[in-house]
Amino acid sequence: MSELIELKNISQKAADMVEEGRVHKALYSDPEIFEEELDKVFQNTWVYIGHESEVPDAGSFKTAFVGRHPVILSRDRKKNIHVLLNRCRHRGATVCEGRKGKTKAFTCPYHGWGYGLDGGLRAIPKAEEYEGVLDKNDLPLESLRHESYQGLVFATFKSDIEPLEDFLGGAKKWIDLFIKQGGGYPLKVLGEHRFNFPGNWKIQLENTTDAYHFPIIHKSFISSLDDATADIFDFLDGDGFVEDLGHGHSVMVMIPDLVDLEADLDQPIPARFEELAQALRDEGQDEEQVKRLVRAAHGTGFNLNLFPNVSCSMAFFRVLRPVSAEVTEIQHVALGGEGAPAPFNRKRMRLHEHFQGPMGFGTPDDGEAWERVQKGSMAGKDGWILVNRGMGNLHTSPDGNVAGAVCSETGMRGAYQKYKQMMAAEGEK
Amino acid sequence: MTINTDLLSKVTAFIWHEADLLDHKEYQDWLSLWDKNGLYIVPTDNNETDYENTLNLALDDADMRRMRVARLESGESVSAGSVSGTVRMVSRMRILEETADYVAVRCAMTLNELRHGNLVSYPADLEYRLKPTADGFMIDRKVVKLMHADGFLRTVSFIF
Repeated sequence: MSELIELKNISQKAADMVEEGRVHKALYSDPEIFEEELDKVFQNTWVYIGHESEVPDAGSFKTAFVGRHPVILSRDRKKNIHVLLNRCRHRGATVCEGRKGKTKAFTCPYHGWGYGLDGGLRAIPKAEEYEGVLDKNDLPLESLRHESYQGLVFATFKSDIEPLEDFLGGAKKWIDLFIKQGGGYPLKVLGEHRFNFPGNWKIQLENTTDAYHFPIIHKSFISSLDDATADIFDFLDGDGFVEDLGHGHSVMVMIPDLVDLEADLDQPIPARFEELAQALRDEGQDEEQVKRLVRAAHGTGFNLNLFPNVSCSMAFFRVLRPVSAEVTEIQHVALGGEGAPAPFNRKRMRLHEHFQGPMGFGTPDDGEAWERVQKGSMAGKDGWILVNRGMGNLHTSPDGNVAGAVCSETGMRGAYQKYKQMMAAEGEK
Repeated sequence: MTINTDLLSKVTAFIWHEADLLDHKEYQDWLSLWDKNGLYIVPTDNNETDYENTLNLALDDADMRRMRVARLESGESVSAGSVSGTVRMVSRMRILEETADYVAVRCAMTLNELRHGNLVSYPADLEYRLKPTADGFMIDRKVVKLMHADGFLRTVSFIF
């Protein structure tokens, strides 16, 4: 395989660097392959933009990216959602900066062209100079095709791609289960942590359905937990599984008892959750609702990876953005319930702070491991990344999917086969 | 404008002492500076004041501070092991308020971290609420307002 990385025309060969049980390390660092990925992967599929709760009102917006393209997620006065390219049609400056907010219009700071929340061009200073030259109707902010499922908004540059629900396919069942952690309230974004790491985006993609690393790299997190919770996180020898859901998506069930948060609601509340339970009772919640909220508060027992850029990970969304071959930005999005009792949402945020984000007890160690993978990938002229664990011990899931043990690399293999298929295709620029 | 230089001097000495403890990883001594009800806060939004009802980078009560220190001292965290060290410069001290119960202080900090041979810099405003005691102060609240709190940070395996 060493001849591959000697080739001048290496970008034609990315698909060949993915085999069934291993991928070549050049996929992490080659800038030509990275550019090709932005074209062939991120411009050719559904890419997660945000959650509808992040633009709750008429005039709400947030900024995001589809691959290299800056976009705006906005909600117009009729409360319709739009995904707009963040680029003035005059000279091309961005018309919206900042993470999120509320506005009446998007105005280019350079020459003052003003656009509505739906992207329509509304105002041009000195319009008389454009008389007979241009028609405002021809120059709205460019819109991307977008669709939502359970409040998750995805956009695509592809006009002929399958509907979002077909793309999500077997993942829809798991999204339905994931949103139950709202505790009976609509799922709502409560905030987010942002960090970057000096490594390739696929290193993070691999991580979401990798149970194998958890007890090793997250030992210091597990040590900070009470004994009962630490036992729950000791799942490598349990009944969990990883299932390839098709289209590059996969699910890793670590804690089967927590797949459906609306099941087993008649069970007594464990003593370690009593403080939260009492705070909810003090808010006037009846005992049935207290049980539902306590069970929902700690998130689901699974991680769902949606190829290529978002995962629904126990209690949060993890969104990745490929910045360069060797830099990736990550958002850890905290979730709660819209209108849920304050102690419930507070508990959700404290749990998020405990593990996630730049100062969590878990994320910095993940980041360290990912950085080490990137650095190590520079060693030697040849080299393969193994994703073959559990290949000899697969079975068919009740849903008819390929599945393996909880610590198998079934999910990564699914993602890489989708990647291989997309990278082998003729690119559209 | 009158500046109480005696109080300013005492406050400065205390905050410099804390900075030195943190840079030299004398975490147990650092824990002893805290009032048991004190909160260590690193917000994601520097305009926010309702920290308990918003998402922060860190919102540590006594238990979380103890656990954070345990994580950094245990040798179990590989990222903590990769931090070669920190050097923080604390300056621009100003007493915002003095009551019988506490002194509110604001100052500037630049924390420099070396990790994997790369120097990372964190400019921040620090806001303290210090409780006077017989022999100095206890920290009742420390809010670390990173200049790029809402940007894409590097991960942190030390204490600001």
